[in-house]
Amino acid sequence: MLTTTRDLLRYSPSFRAGAIILVFVLLFVVLSFFSPYAQDERRVVPTNKPPSSEYILGTSATGQDVFWMLTFAVRNTLMVAGLAVIIGRSIGVVLGMISGYVGGTLDRVLSSLADSFIVIPVLPLLILIASLLRGQITLLSLGLLIGFLDWAYPSKRYRAQVLSLREREFTHTAVFSGMSTLRIVLQQHLPFLIPYLLADAVSGFLFAIGFEVTLSVLGLSDMNMQTIGTMIYWGNYYEALLANRTWVLVAPVVASIVIVIGFYQASIGLSQFLDPRTRLAHLQVKG
Amino acid sequence: MTLLKEYIAPRFAQWLVVIFVGVTLTFLIPRLSPINPVDQAMARLQSQQRMDPNAAQVLRNTLQDLYGVKGNIFEQYVAFWKRLLRGDLGPSFLAFPTPVIQMIGVAIGWTVGLLGTAVIISWLLGIFLGSLAGYFPDRWWSKVLEQSLVTVYPVPYFILAFVLLILFTYYWPVFPLVGGGRGTPAFTWDYISSVLHHAFLPALSIIVGATAFRFTMAKALASTEVSSDYVQYAEMAALPKRKILFFYVIRNTMLPHVNDLALSLGSIFGGALITEVVFSYPGLGYTLYNAINAADYNLLMGITLLSIVGIATASLLVDLCYPLFDPRVRYR
Repeated sequence: MLTTTRDLLRYSPSFRAGAIILVFVLLFVVLSFFSPYAQDERRVVPTNKPPSSEYILGTSATGQDVFWMLTFAVRNTLMVAGLAVIIGRSIGVVLGMISGYVGGTLDRVLSSLADSFIVIPVLPLLILIASLLRGQITLLSLGLLIGFLDWAYPSKRYRAQVLSLREREFTHTAVFSGMSTLRIVLQQHLPFLIPYLLADAVSGFLFAIGFEVTLSVLGLSDMNMQTIGTMIYWGNYYEALLANRTWVLVAPVVASIVIVIGFYQASIGLSQFLDPRTRLAHLQVKG
Repeated sequence: MTLLKEYIAPRFAQWLVVIFVGVTLTFLIPRLSPINPVDQAMARLQSQQRMDPNAAQVLRNTLQDLYGVKGNIFEQYVAFWKRLLRGDLGPSFLAFPTPVIQMIGVAIGWTVGLLGTAVIISWLLGIFLGSLAGYFPDRWWSKVLEQSLVTVYPVPYFILAFVLLILFTYYWPVFPLVGGGRGTPAFTWDYISSVLHHAFLPALSIIVGATAFRFTMAKALASTEVSSDYVQYAEMAALPKRKILFFYVIRNTMLPHVNDLALSLGSIFGGALITEVVFSYPGLGYTLYNAINAADYNLLMGITLLSIVGIATASLLVDLCYPLFDPRVRYR
């Protein structure tokens, strides 16, 4: 694992660039724990000040320091995305492995369910749910929701992997030496899936960040919390553009672009490392 | 006969499964929520005017009937399917009593016009540029093109559209901020040019994002194709580069592109929600957004269903057309 990371850093320029950006993003997240203000605390600094040496990124219409707002926003957005990725990939791994290893009718049922979820457009469905839960939605439930709707494609990939692993020699050896099915799947097959899991996790992150921003900007998330999307929402709400207070909007927009580019560059390096072909498959995930 | 049985029938069955799952989800989700649309509608009406209890009860029954929430959940489900098969999506709440189907009919023209054009342009542009860059990977322009498009590609679409909107309607106001056209619809140059003018920015935002995606894919496909034997042979035979690119490389990479084109055309029916909201474009996505804000469930469900049926049908058509596009695909 460590040598892999070192090789990637040494030989893949895009992974290196991505890793550097992500280190800075992480630094930002750590910084949020040292914020002098709580994240929903308003009117703590003078309102509508442009960036200066005292307030690096200026202050908002509600009297919050944009820099500290942004540290919370990055943390919360990454938390939502992380939760979504964990939920989505866990469902994907479990269903994919079951359906690949057990096969038969169960496989057919699970596969066609996954096919349906791939085809069904996620955004309208997510908006339908979020608008029904409006006012009660929390960042936690937002992450869960995105996760529950983003498992089908990874699950198909894991299924394909397990299908080929099942026919390999060592699986037969394990079966004949009396290993239980659960242990074969967990101890023998799961390690093979981990590289794919990593690449998928990154694309899942991009997907979830996009959804978080979109839903929050429509006002469908927990609007009292700081996320990249809600920062843009409140910026628009207090007419930052008309009043020429662009710094309120520039901060989250730039942050989101930097984060996704960091993740994307890292994922390019990672998937080229895994297999040149997965690069194609990887691109299709997001179609 | 084997074609029908072994190729068409399973794909048709999968299409039915997708529609069934989608319809069931759209049926279940609103009913699992704690909010009752009938109560909400009643509350809204009663806040506007006083009503005597008998009239209120009659109204409640009518609304329950209209929203299809009469009886237990299985009866509702059966009734839901019955109405759906008749093409009756119920009345809209936003513009009561206009039927949902009629509101969708008005909006769909705008969406299909905008998205259809943008999707096709970006598709052609992406394949052309991507294959070109894949065929000449070492030229400076192909490197510049790739770096800039790879940077644009992962940016969330909303951010992209928002930045374009700010730049071209606020800092450099060359495009209108809202709407789909000026004046009454007619076949006059004034009206058509205003429609094009309004559509330019939303279309540009879609084209930039979609071209970046298509470019990365086309380039990856083309660069594997370039290293194959027949291309090398054609080069040794000194065929013109233009001919190799268009008739050898691009032609052989078309299959996944055709597949994706059909799917993106199918997904048009969901409306480009973000595009239309950001640019206030009067299509399906904007209608959906209004439906969300007004808690107009019938309209929400109508558009969600339309988008599910649209994309499922597109993927069915792609599957059925595969053997026509590529003789190498034999039906299994």
